[in-house]
Amino acid sequence: MDNNTKQKKLAELQGKVNLIFSQIDCVKVLDKALAMDSQKIIEDVSKSGLRGRGGAGFNTGMKWKGAAEVKDDIKYVLCNADEGEPGTFKDRRILEEQADKVIAGMAICAKAVGACEGYIYLRGEYNFMKAKLQAGCDRWNKIFSDKKLNFKMSVRSGSGAYVCGEETALMESMQGNRGEPRNKPPFPVVEGFLNKPTVINNVETLAYVTTIINDGPEKFSSLGTKTSMGGKVFSVSGDAEVKGIYELPLGMTIQEFVDIFGDGDTKAVQVGGASGSCVPRKNFDKTIIGFEGVPTGGSMMLFNSSRSMYNVLRNYLEFFEEESCGQCTPCRVGCQQLLKGIEAIRSGEKPQEYLAELQKLASTMSIASKCGLGQSLANPFNTITRHFREEICY
Amino acid sequence: MDTVNLKINNIEVSVPKGATILDAAKKAGVRIPTLCHHDDLCVAGNCRVCVVEQKGAWALKASCAVPAENGMEILTNTQKVRDARKTIIELLLSEHAGECTSCYRSGNCELQALAQEYLANGNKYIDVAKHVPVDMSSPSIVKDDSKCIKCTRCVRTCTELQGVSALWSSNKGNHTKISTFLDKPMHYVVCTNCGQCINRCPTGALTERNYIEDVWRAIDNPDIHVVVQTAPAVRVAIGEELGMAPGAVVTGKMVSAMKKMGFDSVLDTDFTADLTIMEEGTELLVRLKEALVDKKNVALPMMTSCSPGWIKFIEHQYPQLLDNLSTCKSPQQMFGALAKTFYAKKKGIDPAKIVSVSIMPCTAKKFEANRPEMNSSGFRDVDYVLTTRELGHMIRQAGLNFTDLADEKFDSIMGDSTGAAVIFGTTGGVMEAALRTVYELVTGREVPFTNLNIEPVRGMDGVKSASVKIDKVKSEWSFLEGAELKVAIAHGLANADKLMKEVAAGKAQYHFIEIMACPGGCIGGGGQPIPTSMDIRKKRAAAIYVADEAHAIRKSHDNPEVQAIYKEFLHEPLGHHSHELLHTHYYSRKGAVKNH
Repeated sequence: MDNNTKQKKLAELQGKVNLIFSQIDCVKVLDKALAMDSQKIIEDVSKSGLRGRGGAGFNTGMKWKGAAEVKDDIKYVLCNADEGEPGTFKDRRILEEQADKVIAGMAICAKAVGACEGYIYLRGEYNFMKAKLQAGCDRWNKIFSDKKLNFKMSVRSGSGAYVCGEETALMESMQGNRGEPRNKPPFPVVEGFLNKPTVINNVETLAYVTTIINDGPEKFSSLGTKTSMGGKVFSVSGDAEVKGIYELPLGMTIQEFVDIFGDGDTKAVQVGGASGSCVPRKNFDKTIIGFEGVPTGGSMMLFNSSRSMYNVLRNYLEFFEEESCGQCTPCRVGCQQLLKGIEAIRSGEKPQEYLAELQKLASTMSIASKCGLGQSLANPFNTITRHFREEICY
Repeated sequence: MDTVNLKINNIEVSVPKGATILDAAKKAGVRIPTLCHHDDLCVAGNCRVCVVEQKGAWALKASCAVPAENGMEILTNTQKVRDARKTIIELLLSEHAGECTSCYRSGNCELQALAQEYLANGNKYIDVAKHVPVDMSSPSIVKDDSKCIKCTRCVRTCTELQGVSALWSSNKGNHTKISTFLDKPMHYVVCTNCGQCINRCPTGALTERNYIEDVWRAIDNPDIHVVVQTAPAVRVAIGEELGMAPGAVVTGKMVSAMKKMGFDSVLDTDFTADLTIMEEGTELLVRLKEALVDKKNVALPMMTSCSPGWIKFIEHQYPQLLDNLSTCKSPQQMFGALAKTFYAKKKGIDPAKIVSVSIMPCTAKKFEANRPEMNSSGFRDVDYVLTTRELGHMIRQAGLNFTDLADEKFDSIMGDSTGAAVIFGTTGGVMEAALRTVYELVTGREVPFTNLNIEPVRGMDGVKSASVKIDKVKSEWSFLEGAELKVAIAHGLANADKLMKEVAAGKAQYHFIEIMACPGGCIGGGGQPIPTSMDIRKKRAAAIYVADEAHAIRKSHDNPEVQAIYKEFLHEPLGHHSHELLHTHYYSRKGAVKNH
């Protein structure tokens, strides 16, 4: 594909979606939501097919329904803005440019589930935008009180731990505790922040909610595929001709994606950040970007043939070795073993066969770890070591 | 109550709603291995050794943390489960500086036992243990992070049971460790040396500072006269160290073993427990008189001072209440002071040539013996403190077949005791002993409880209270006529903390409070055999009361040796000699941590 065709194709795809970064009157959307029955809001969100945009992809309508059904005078809505997944940087731009959509989305959620307080948990590294975000919350708080919506919002800062993006670790952190994931069940919709029913959604999810209420659920559900409806904001990085943040429909194949963004020499795409899966060139055609294929929080890292996949993997493992919360055995020790293990194979201290042990270990981590962090390590480890074995041991 | 029905390995079982899969398995008679789980503590769910398979679920479940649900089909022994458990144990072994052959906990290490059970390969993974220096700063507790597996039992013990929070997880990922405030050495933080963390540590990461070799050297030295005292709670627990079931009273065998080991004189802390009652009971009556008759501003409620973990706790946390503490030394320190004065004189031995050893259910006693002011005999009052566990080691080293030993009696002098003294070993015991004596002193009659058993102060409730009506008093105690003596008892420092909050706020209307640092009192002490559980502590406590009733004399003031020592040496409770040898003072440690 020549550059012109690429640009045209990209513009065409973006034009299909164009939800997150388009300008709409969010106060009007809130008015619309306030005029709706709570149940109807949840129905519409369910109908849209919206699934969590942080990466795990839990059905948003179902989550809200769960929280709405729990009887409690105090419920919370949290916005997970602890965007820490390596390779992901889309929430930053959404918050900088479209904070109103996010805040309105939280208020819509509050109306739907009966929550009285909302917090944006902002990644420590994004503190530069805290004052502006807080000012936005203050402005909206006035709107809420004018409209007699019993809801108040503010911003809380994280302190830089990756694991605090895990919803229950985030709540622990907000409560002033050590950021460690909790045992589940109970799930946050039943016992969340301060042990009260809590809906926690990603920045992008909440922004989409506002567009769904604005446009009705059909527009959203008409995009993407049956399993992965709607648009998605992607963070494109690595050996890409065009990098940055793009909103595209879900359901493309990696090949389609690489055709637009790649430099013509793409050998692998890491989908979903360091904890996601690595797709090799031979699988580009048959791999769908979406929940039926490779789910992603939006991170797309492209690697061309000049890159050592050993270095890529080692870099990820160094990150996880540091960023495991250190609580559960499989993750705390497993991360160290995976890193030390590939280093030992490379230096010859361990035989090549040791790689099979490490793959088994990664699989055990995925079924025995306490939270998503340890559970997801097998994604990068097993995909990279299987598809690029020759780059790991030689 | 709502019940939940599920299947564990195809065995149908019903459990109350809220019970975990682990609870359900127990009920079904299926054992699931655990490591971070402890019956005394809240759920952590972090070691993952207890994982099980749920039919239809891809990921395994940590059975200690996941509630049982209707219709669950749980499998505890599948290939998937066994493989995962083995891998997890092998990971733990890779971050644990093994050294099994030289480890103090070898043979009683839960990780070692699990590794054996699963035939885990300790060398499968790369050694990632942190080989860091051992923290030997404390005279009581040795903390070896290289053996720590981050199960956080110690953290939960220190926080939930003891309300001290000296230990906490710090850092993350591969740098995760169990550390103290600002990572200071154990001796320089708010640690009370209670040793409850040791009792619950599954490995050798937390152990007592042991003085076994020092004591053997003293025994072996022909020029040294070694006296040993044994605390009440040791005789109902040492059997567990040597293969017997919890709850056996083995006083006679213990005495016999120590004589065979070569101690020159085997004596009884119970003697000074009785003495404590005389001093402390009198002190209480004096304070009551000063308050009621002289209208002086005396510190009430008076609080017991036998438990050195409790003493350090109050010195750190409630220094404003130090005047409420009885000035009595603990029985151990009274004994030490008398061993090198009264005993030395009576036996005609140069006190400089006496080494005084005590066998305690306690690790804080090691710290207490080291307190600078504990030298009123002119020497270190107590030279070495050994725990019940250390005594167990020594008995094994001596090659004695403990269970076959014939009973022997304590030596004299300072070997006589009463039932009142032995109950010092369990929560409520000091209070009961004090009431037996004080009531009789004031009224001339025995306490009005069947068989002298003051049931309201007994049992495992965290905070207990009781009151005793005092009437028809002797003429010299007329100011107490009709008074209602109100008492409270707390064990476990978290419970003590609750009670102290009340006292500090002026809300507690008690005259006398007994506090023991450890759950269950000394029978649950930090120096007692491992493991510990509520069931084990109850059995030890029951044994204490058996020992009480087995005594011909059950009131401290009836102890003939106590009567004799007042006649010959001390003259009267709170007298000049008593003040010099048997009483002490306390320090505020507020800010002490910051200043080190």
